[in-house]
Amino acid sequence: MPEIPLPQSVPLAWYLILSAILFTLGVAGFLFRRNVITVFISIELMLNAVNLSFVTFSYKFKQVDGHIFSFFVMVVAAAEAAVGLAIILTIFKNRQTLEIDEVSSLKN
Amino acid sequence: MQQLWLIPLLPLAGFALNGLFGRRFSKTVINAVAVGSVLLAFLWVLKSLSALGAFSGGLEQTHVEHYFTWIQSGALNISVDFAVDRLTAVMLLIVTGIGTLIHIYAVGYMAHEEGYYRFFAYLNLFMFFMLTLVLAQNFLLLFVGWEGVGLCSYLLIGFYFTEKYATDAGNKAFIVNRIGDFGFSLAIFLIGIHFSSLDFGTVFSQAKALPIETSPGWITAIALLLLVGATGKSAQIPLYVWLPDAMAGPTPVSALIHAATMVTAGVYMIARSSSIFLHSPVALNVVAVIGLATAFFAATIGLLQNDIKKVFAYSTVSQLGYMFLGLGTGAFSAGIFHVMTHAFFKALLFLGAGSVIHALSGEQDLRKMGGLAKKIPITCVVLLCASVAIAGVPFTSGYFSKDLILESAYEYAPWMFWVGLFTAGMTAFYVFRAFFMAFTGEYRGHHHPHESPFVMWGPLAILAALSLGGGFINIPKYLEPLFPLAEESKLPPLASYSLLLVGLVGIALAYLMYVAAPKLPESLANAFRPVYTLIYNKYFIDEAYDSAVVNPVIDGSRSLLWRTIDAGAIDGTVNGVGKTARAMGNVLRHFQSGYIRSYAGWVVAGAILVVIVMGLTGVTR
Repeated sequence: MPEIPLPQSVPLAWYLILSAILFTLGVAGFLFRRNVITVFISIELMLNAVNLSFVTFSYKFKQVDGHIFSFFVMVVAAAEAAVGLAIILTIFKNRQTLEIDEVSSLKN
Repeated sequence: MQQLWLIPLLPLAGFALNGLFGRRFSKTVINAVAVGSVLLAFLWVLKSLSALGAFSGGLEQTHVEHYFTWIQSGALNISVDFAVDRLTAVMLLIVTGIGTLIHIYAVGYMAHEEGYYRFFAYLNLFMFFMLTLVLAQNFLLLFVGWEGVGLCSYLLIGFYFTEKYATDAGNKAFIVNRIGDFGFSLAIFLIGIHFSSLDFGTVFSQAKALPIETSPGWITAIALLLLVGATGKSAQIPLYVWLPDAMAGPTPVSALIHAATMVTAGVYMIARSSSIFLHSPVALNVVAVIGLATAFFAATIGLLQNDIKKVFAYSTVSQLGYMFLGLGTGAFSAGIFHVMTHAFFKALLFLGAGSVIHALSGEQDLRKMGGLAKKIPITCVVLLCASVAIAGVPFTSGYFSKDLILESAYEYAPWMFWVGLFTAGMTAFYVFRAFFMAFTGEYRGHHHPHESPFVMWGPLAILAALSLGGGFINIPKYLEPLFPLAEESKLPPLASYSLLLVGLVGIALAYLMYVAAPKLPESLANAFRPVYTLIYNKYFIDEAYDSAVVNPVIDGSRSLLWRTIDAGAIDGTVNGVGKTARAMGNVLRHFQSGYIRSYAGWVVAGAILVVIVMGLTGVTR
């Protein structure tokens, strides 16, 4: 397939590096923050990092698959946000805390 | 086409109706279905046989009806065919005729029993399988009937299934028959290999074409294996032990299955396979010797039994021995003739005994009977008819058939004749011993005997007439197209006179010992104490089988198969799988900390590991 230069001639790698940085930030936030809301936002960050890669490749290869896939990811993320926030609300109602390490009764 | 399939299908329909809905039927409906289906089968037999000319000198060729192909595999082609020739015609008339009478009798006999519909359903199922057995035109279909009657025999022996002795007797019958059936199935395999067919027509015409001088060893093997099957079903030495115990079933069952029809299946099968047996003098000799030995030993055991049904059971074994003696000495038609006369008088003996037992509310011990002649006169008269017939009093039915068998035995080997003659004397003695013990002298029990209803003694009267006059039906002449008659043999005068008198001598001895001088048996028993003990305990055959076969098998099953293999190996494997899974889970559950961030850590570590491995192995190129 012939090489098609991006409009602002921003190299492809930059998008991917940005995506990687966002994803790593998401992972780090997920691992090291203890507030449930922050953890939740970190997950969204990871999803969006992946979306960015999808869209980049889709644009690069002039194929629509990546776009479609990113739409699916957004839909899932929206659904997940609804369910996840509901869970967080319930946890807060029952435990009066948002510390993720306090919620650990499901073990062994 | 004569629609022969209707003959077995009618009782099967009766079985289905009574078996499925009998619980909700009234007794009248059950009777109508059970007796009606067998009666219709009998009428259909009469109709088809007369249409085939069986009563007017026809039916010299086999009439075959082909229904459908059952198994087709390579060269082997087995179809469901029914056939009628003169041998089958005789058997059909015996089975359906006697079967109808016994069904009618059972209506009266079983009137007060639990499980009324179950009894008649089984009885009809038995009729279905027995008719399949005699109508079959190939060995496999015959085997289906053969196994089916074994199943029904098991079900009916264990009819009183809440009693341990009855279920034990049923199991014994079934297991002993397995041994015989194993031999029979091996014989069928050998026939399939050597004749590449199981169809009677094909097999027997090929067998007849074999040169008689150079009879190969395998045909002897087939004949001997068929004989193993026959000894199981027809209760011959060494597999006779199940039949006396089979008396645990209701008396009509003893009469129908264990006297008149099923136990003669072995005789029928050997007569049917006569062209195979005729090529193996060795096998025929074995048949004759086994038959004679069985006749003799069973008769000696019968001398000392005190249970009225046991006496007749041993007498059945003994009479079946006679039939085998006839077959083995080449008088196939005489064997079948004896099947017929025996069916008459032995069914009558059992039904008469049932009538006695019914009158005494279940008492079977001869020592607690006596003096019944005045109390139940009809039963007494019909039992007398049966007793003179089995004793071989001249011109009764038993005399003619036994006479033919013994004549043929004399031709074969004179010593067999004399042993057989002595056995005939014993037969007369023990049957009349039972008769005198039950009907003469003083009543020794404490029930109030009552005569049986008409529905019971009606069939008895018909059978009594057949027992007395059935010998004038010339079966050997009728079967001549199948089994050519030997030339008229001449017995030496001594032999023929003793044959005429032997039954009367036996009766006279029994009269002497049990009516005229009642002290005599006891003093004789004391004089020959060891012999008496040996025979009274039936030669300890059951005990010998128990210690030689039954107990080793049970012990082996317990210690080796159960404790070692089942509990040790099989259960050990299954339980071991469970234990391993639990142990692994015990280790792994420590990873389940409940902290979401530790799970996430594991996921990240895993992802990194996957990336590293992929990089090292070059999966991504």
